[in-house]
Amino acid sequence: MGEWRIMNLDQWLPVFVVLSSLLTGIIIFFLKEEQHGIRTALNMAGAIIKLIVIGVMLHGVFHEQVYEFRLPLLPGLDLVLRADALAMLFVVLSAVLWLVTTVYAIGYLEGSPNRSRFFAFFSLCVTSTMGISLAGNLFTFLIFYEALTIATYPLVVHRGTQKALRAGTIYLIYTLGGGAILLTGVVWLHILTGSVEFTQGGAIGQLGAGERPVLTLIFFILILGLGVKSALVPLHGWLPIAMVAPAPVSALLHAVAVVKAGAFGIARIVYNVYGIEFAADLGVTFPLAVAASVTIVYGSLLALKQDELKKRLAYSTVSQLSYIALGMAVAGPLSMVGGLVHIVHQGIMKITLFFCAGNLAETLGIHHIHEMDGVGRRMPWTMAAFTVAAFGMIGVPPTAGFISKWYLGLGALEAEQPWVLAVLVVSTLLNAAYFLPIVRAAWFGKPPEAWSDDRGAGRFETDWTLLAPPIFTALLTLGAGLVASMPISPLQWARLITQREYWP
Amino acid sequence: MNGIVSIPWVAWAVLFPLASAILSFLLGQKRVLWAGIPGVFGTFLSVLLLSSQVWQQGPQRYAIGGWRAPLGIEWHVDGLSIVMLLMTAVSGLFISIYAVGYYSRQSRGHKHSNNLFWPLWLFLWAALNGLFLSADLFNLYVTLELAGIAAVALVTLTGGQVALSAGLRYLLAALLGAMSYLMGVALLYASFGVLDIRMLSALAAPGPAVFISATLMTLGLLIKTALFPLHFWLPPAHANAPAPVSAMLSGLVVKGSFYLMMRLWVEVFPSSLWPIGGQFLGVLAGAAILWGSIMALRQGSLKMTIAYSTVAQIGYLFLFFPLASPRLFIAEGEVSGPGLYAFWGCVYQALSHALAKAAMFMAAGNIMRVLGHDCIGRMDGVNQRLPLTLFAFGLSGVSLMGLPPSGGFVAKWLLLKAALEKEHWGLVLIIVAGGLLASAYVFKVLKHALAQSSQNDLLERVPPTMDIPTLILATLSLLLGFTARPLLSLLTRGSIF
Amino acid sequence: MNVMYLYAVVAVLLFVIGLHGVIAYSHLLRKIVALNIMGSGTFLLLVSIAYGRPEGGPDPVPHAMVLTGIVVAVSATAFGLALVRRLYSETGKPYLPNGDTEKSGR
Repeated sequence: MGEWRIMNLDQWLPVFVVLSSLLTGIIIFFLKEEQHGIRTALNMAGAIIKLIVIGVMLHGVFHEQVYEFRLPLLPGLDLVLRADALAMLFVVLSAVLWLVTTVYAIGYLEGSPNRSRFFAFFSLCVTSTMGISLAGNLFTFLIFYEALTIATYPLVVHRGTQKALRAGTIYLIYTLGGGAILLTGVVWLHILTGSVEFTQGGAIGQLGAGERPVLTLIFFILILGLGVKSALVPLHGWLPIAMVAPAPVSALLHAVAVVKAGAFGIARIVYNVYGIEFAADLGVTFPLAVAASVTIVYGSLLALKQDELKKRLAYSTVSQLSYIALGMAVAGPLSMVGGLVHIVHQGIMKITLFFCAGNLAETLGIHHIHEMDGVGRRMPWTMAAFTVAAFGMIGVPPTAGFISKWYLGLGALEAEQPWVLAVLVVSTLLNAAYFLPIVRAAWFGKPPEAWSDDRGAGRFETDWTLLAPPIFTALLTLGAGLVASMPISPLQWARLITQREYWP
Repeated sequence: MNGIVSIPWVAWAVLFPLASAILSFLLGQKRVLWAGIPGVFGTFLSVLLLSSQVWQQGPQRYAIGGWRAPLGIEWHVDGLSIVMLLMTAVSGLFISIYAVGYYSRQSRGHKHSNNLFWPLWLFLWAALNGLFLSADLFNLYVTLELAGIAAVALVTLTGGQVALSAGLRYLLAALLGAMSYLMGVALLYASFGVLDIRMLSALAAPGPAVFISATLMTLGLLIKTALFPLHFWLPPAHANAPAPVSAMLSGLVVKGSFYLMMRLWVEVFPSSLWPIGGQFLGVLAGAAILWGSIMALRQGSLKMTIAYSTVAQIGYLFLFFPLASPRLFIAEGEVSGPGLYAFWGCVYQALSHALAKAAMFMAAGNIMRVLGHDCIGRMDGVNQRLPLTLFAFGLSGVSLMGLPPSGGFVAKWLLLKAALEKEHWGLVLIIVAGGLLASAYVFKVLKHALAQSSQNDLLERVPPTMDIPTLILATLSLLLGFTARPLLSLLTRGSIF
Repeated sequence: MNVMYLYAVVAVLLFVIGLHGVIAYSHLLRKIVALNIMGSGTFLLLVSIAYGRPEGGPDPVPHAMVLTGIVVAVSATAFGLALVRRLYSETGKPYLPNGDTEKSGR
C-alpha cells in the first residue's frame, strides 16, 4: 500500500514541473498592471517550486528511478512526460536560468507597459520548454515545440514598434515553416514505425532494413524542421532579427530556451529515436557534421562584421549552438559528452553575455560595440562577468567552455575525424577575434565624456536585480569548469547520459 | 440495437427549439428572452441527455407519432449524428449567451430588433437538429430548406443594402442547391422506391439513374456547403451578417450540408463512384484550401478575412472524399486504416472549426463594437483595450492553424496520417500549406492588435456576456485537443463505419 | 409507358430551362420564377412516379413529397420576393449589385 502511494506521486512529478509555470502564467495574465506584488510573488513561487520538484527528480533519475506520466490523446497515441537523464539535463538548465531571468526581467522591465502580458507569456514559454525537455515521445515533443513558437511571439513583438512587428513576422515564417516540416516528418515516421517512445540507445534500429532509404529521408526532414530553431545555416536568419526583443527575452529564449529546444530535439532524434549506432550506420551523421561545421564557421565570420552588440552575440549563438550538433554528429562517446555538456555550458555563458548587454543598454544606452570604450571603469562588475563569459566562449581554462571544447576535440580524435579538430581550432580563433577586442576596449579604452543615456549610478553600478543575475551565471561558468571532475557537475551528468546511451 | 427510447430526448432536441421559437415570436420584443433563454438551455440539456443515451445504449431510432416509414418520419441517432448534435449544442449555447449581450445594447448605426433574431435562431437550431436526426432523404430536404431559409433571414436582419444583396445571393444559391438535391431524390425514389437511408444502402446498385441523381445531389450540396468554385455566396453573407449570425453560419450551417454529403456518399451512393468522384472532390478541396487562404490574406476587413477562412476550412472537410474509401464499413473492428483516419480527421475538423470559427466571429463582433469598424489596418493597439477578446482570437487562431495543443491539431494530424498512408503527396503538401497560410492571416490580425498605439478612442465597452462566451468557446476549441479519445469512440458507436 | 417517358422528358426539360434561367438572367424576378419552374419540373417527375405503379392505385409517398415541396417552394418564393422588394426600395434596381462577391466588403 505504501508503494502504491509513492508510485502515484512519481507519476505526477513531471506534471507538477509543467504545471507550476502554466498555472502561474494563466493567473498572471488576468492580473492588472499595478498588481506587481502578486505578480512577483507568483513568479518567484512558481520558479522555486519548480526547482524543488526538479531537485527531487534529479536525485531519483540518478538512481535510475522512473518518473512517467501518460495521457491518452488519440487512439494509440499518448502524451508522455518522462524524466530520463537527458531530460533532466535540459530541465535543470532551463529551470535554474528561468529563476535567474525572472529576477532580471523584473528589474529590466520596471515601469514599462504590459508587464502582466509579458510575464504571462514568459511563464507559458517556460512551460513549453519544460514540456519539451520532459517529452517522452516525438508526438509530445512536437506539441510543446510548436507551443513554444506561439508563446514566444508576443514576447518578441512586446515593444510593439514597427521594427519589432516585422521581426516577429520573420520569426514566425521561419519557426512555423520549420514546425510544419517537422510535423510532416513525425507523422511519416509514425506511419512507418508506430508510436515510438524515446528509448536510451535508440528505438527504431531494429526495424526493417528495407525501409532504410525512407528512414534516411525522414531523418533529413526532421533535422530540417528542427534546424530552424537550432539555427543551422541557412535556416538561422531569424535569430539576429529576433534580437529586437527586450534583453530578458533575448537572454533566456533566444540564447537558451528556443535554440536549445532545437538542439535538444536533434539530440533526441539522434540518440533516442534513431540511436547513435543506427544513425551512423545509415550514414546520416556525416552530412549533419558538415552542416554543423559550416554553421560554426559561418556564424563566427558574420559575428566579426557586427557592430551592434546583441547582433554579434546572436551570430555567436548561431555558431556555438552547432558545437552541440557537431558533438552528436561525430559519432563517438567522448564527442557526445562534449556536445551534451555544451548544452549547459553554452547556456550559462551566453545568458551571462546577454544579461551584460542588457545592462549596458538599460543603464547607459549602449547598443554598439564602438560605444563601449572604457565602460569597464563605469560598470566593473558587469564587465567582469562579461569577460569571464567571453573567455568561456573562447575556451580558456578553467571556464566551462574549455571543458566542452576539450571533450569535443578528444572525441574528434577518437572517432578519427581530425578535420573536426581543425574546425574547432578555427572557431576558437574566430571567437577570440570577435570577443577579445570588446574586452580590451571595455577595460583599456578611453571612456567618453558621458554616455548617451546614463541612468545614473546608484549604490551599485546599476540596479541589483540587473547586476546579480550575470554575476551569478558568470560564477556558474567558472564553477562548472572548476568542479568538472566532481560528481555534481554538468560534465559528470553528460557522462552519465552517454553511458546510458551506449550501454543501456 | 434499435430500441424504443424511454424518454424521447430525440424528440425534445427538435421540439424544444421549435416551440420556443414560436413562443418567442409571439411574445414580442420586450419579453422575447423569456422564451429564448429557456429554449436554449432546454435544447442544450436535451442533446446532452440524448448523448448519454447513445453512449450507453448505442444507436437509437424513433418514429414520430408512432407512424413508421415510409409515410411516417423516423429519426435515427448514431455516433456521427450525436457528435454533430453536440457540436451544435455547445456552440449554440455560447452563441446564444453572446447574443444576449450583443442585443442588450446596440451600438449606433447597427440597430435592429431583437424580436426577430431569437425566433429565427431557434428555428435554425431546430432545423439543424432535425437534419442530423433525419433518417430518410426527403426529410433531409425539408430540414435543409428550413435551415437555409432561416439562415438567409438571419443574414438580412440588419436590413442594409449590403446585407440584403448578400442574403438574396445566399437565398438563390440555397434554393438552387435544394432544387437540385430534390431532383436527385426524385430520381432515386423512381429507381428504388424507398427513401429511408438504411434501406437504400441495401438496395442501391450502380446504374445510370443512380449516377445522375448522385451528380445532382452532390452538386446541390456543393453549392450549399460553398465548396470552391461554388463558394461565391459565402463571403459576403457571412461577413455582412451580425456577429452572432456569422458565428452560427460559419460554424454550424455549412456543416449540415457537409454531414449530408458524407452520409450519402458512404451509405447510399455505390462505391464505384468513389475513385473518380473522390479524386475530383479532392482537387476541388485542395483548390478551396489554397484559394480561400490566399483570398483571406488579401482582405482588409476582419470579417471578410474570417469568412474566406471558412471557405478554406471547408476544403479541409472535403478531403474526406479522396482519402476515405467505402470499403471501410465492411471491415468492422479495424482500428487503423486511411479511411478511418480520414473520417475521424474530417469530423474532428468540423468540430474544432465550429468552435474556433464561432469564437473568432464573436471576437470580431467585440472588436467592431469597441472600434466601430473592422478594418484590420486601423486596429493597431486594440489588444490593450480588449485583451480577453484578442486572447480568445489567438486561441481560436491556434486551432485554425492546426497548431498544438488544439482540436485543429488533432484533425490535422489525422488527416496527414491518412494522406501519407495513401501516399497522396499533393494533399500532404496542401494540408501543410493550408496551415501555414492560416497562420499568415491570423498573425496579420494579431500583429496589428499587438502594435503600439496612442489612440484611445474607446467607443463602447463590451459587456461580459460578450467577452466571456468568446473566451470559453476559444478555450474549448483548444481543449478539444485533449478529448479526442472519448469523442472518437462516441463517433464510432454503431455509426456508418 | 410512353406517357411516363413524356412526363419524364418534360420534367427534365422544365428543370433544365429553370436552371438556365436562374444562371442566365440577371433580373431578380426572373431568377425567382426560374427557380419555381425548376421546382415544377421536379414535382412533375414525382407525380408521374406516383402514377407509374401498376397495382394498388397511386403511390401516396410522392404525393406527400410534392405537397411538402410545394409548401416549401411557396414560402421560399414569398420570402425571396419580400427580399427583392426591400432591395428594390433600397437601391431602386431589381438586380443584384455586381462585383462585390470576391472583393473585400465595407
